[in-house]
Amino acid sequence: MTSVAHLIKSFTLWEFVKAHALTLKYFFKPKVTLNYPFEKNPLSPRFRGEHALRRYPNGEERCIACKLCEAVCPAQAITIESEPRDDGSRRTTRYDIDMTKCIYCGFCQEACPVDAVVEGPNFEYATETREELLYDKAKLLANGDKWERAIAANLEADAPYR
Amino acid sequence: MTETFQSWGMSYEWAWGLATISGILLIALPLMLAVAMIIYVDRKVWAAINLRRGPNVVGPFGLLQSFADGLKVFLQETIIPSAANKGIFILAPIVTFTVALAAWAVVPFSSTAVLADINVGLLYILAISSLSVYGIVMAGWASNSKYPFFSAMRAAAQMISYEVAIGFILICVVLFAGTYNLNDIVRAQEGFGFGLINAYVIHPLLFPMWVMFFISSLAETQRVPFDLTEAESELVAGYQTEYSSMSFALFWLGEYANILLMCVLNAILFFGGWLPPLNIDLIPWFDIPGIVWLLLKTFFFFFMFSWVMATVPRYRYDQLMRLGWKVFLPISLGFVVVISGYLMATGHYGAAA
Repeated sequence: MTSVAHLIKSFTLWEFVKAHALTLKYFFKPKVTLNYPFEKNPLSPRFRGEHALRRYPNGEERCIACKLCEAVCPAQAITIESEPRDDGSRRTTRYDIDMTKCIYCGFCQEACPVDAVVEGPNFEYATETREELLYDKAKLLANGDKWERAIAANLEADAPYR
Repeated sequence: MTETFQSWGMSYEWAWGLATISGILLIALPLMLAVAMIIYVDRKVWAAINLRRGPNVVGPFGLLQSFADGLKVFLQETIIPSAANKGIFILAPIVTFTVALAAWAVVPFSSTAVLADINVGLLYILAISSLSVYGIVMAGWASNSKYPFFSAMRAAAQMISYEVAIGFILICVVLFAGTYNLNDIVRAQEGFGFGLINAYVIHPLLFPMWVMFFISSLAETQRVPFDLTEAESELVAGYQTEYSSMSFALFWLGEYANILLMCVLNAILFFGGWLPPLNIDLIPWFDIPGIVWLLLKTFFFFFMFSWVMATVPRYRYDQLMRLGWKVFLPISLGFVVVISGYLMATGHYGAAA
């Protein structure tokens, strides 16, 4: 009896008809793909994107060249050189992050005692050459200026959990 | 068209030549456009069933995606492997493409719009579609590379297997229509179902034939689930592995032109071609030009091709051969006998008789 049922099923292509009914149902379902450049997923305040060096509201850069980030960086992507400035405060003369080495672990922002180096919410910084990804201090400070609002809001939102 | 050119003061020979050439261009150029759009439709349908969006960036709704791809391919370098047999390697995509276009000569787009209204149209199409395997076998052999070679072997075996079944299925249609002329086959379907429905499929003996013809046309054009010739997981890209640039594009265009041809054949042989689906004047139903009906039906079948592609997994090679030789061949052979008997018994035998 089962063999007869099986025969009928295979000759009426029953399984195929069922499968096609299912896929036709999916054809009309709303699509799950995000229309990326026009739509974006919400990001967590803890999102670890492109690095930035922040400033105090008076324009003074936060980084005090303690080199904790350089020390903690597991990929050794950070290079810092420092020297006392004319006013006697210790500042970096060089602050490079090799974005091709960086693994975006967030240890640098974790280590930073003054919230100077942070990983901001920006993840769209693809470049056409490798050299453009070797960030220097000017580029990182510019990032900080550009993203300060978003970074400050994220730090604020995450503050209770730190 | 010949008469129009003659009325402009040309000799008959020149007028005929010009009319034929313009007829060819009138079919081939829109066909190329249709192929470009149908590739887009294919990707869209496939994407929609996978809950994706598909191409939607180039042009409105991504309509120009195929043209962007074409441009990209056109600007690439044509790489000819040093071990390849150069002449045949270059000839193969040309053969595929030309043969794919040649079959369209006998397709009736409406009662009058057909380039070559020959009485052996169906035989011509059978012959041409058998030829299309040559391009693939040549490509596979000339590439001098193992995966294209395997692919070509598979393609040859597969197309021969399914052509046998297709031959018998076409004989069933011809038995009903009593002619090999595609236009007459379409005319024979007028009012076939109780004087109401213009389609052969509604006949209980022809419906299973159509199902088999549809499946065979999937196999004939190497579409999923019969795309063993370009099984990515086994053969890289099959016979087109070594091809790049325009030679690759010609394979691509030829393949889709063949798919469109099979869709058109489904429409012509079983669904009344350029006739409206019902033989009653519902709305200004008969005023709609025949080509619109044919294109609508073709599009419907192409949607089914894409639908199948998105639904079923690929057959194993032995399953493919089993289906062709041990299922389709005996069944279609049996149906030829049954249909002949039915036609004899009911006295419908032969439109001419």
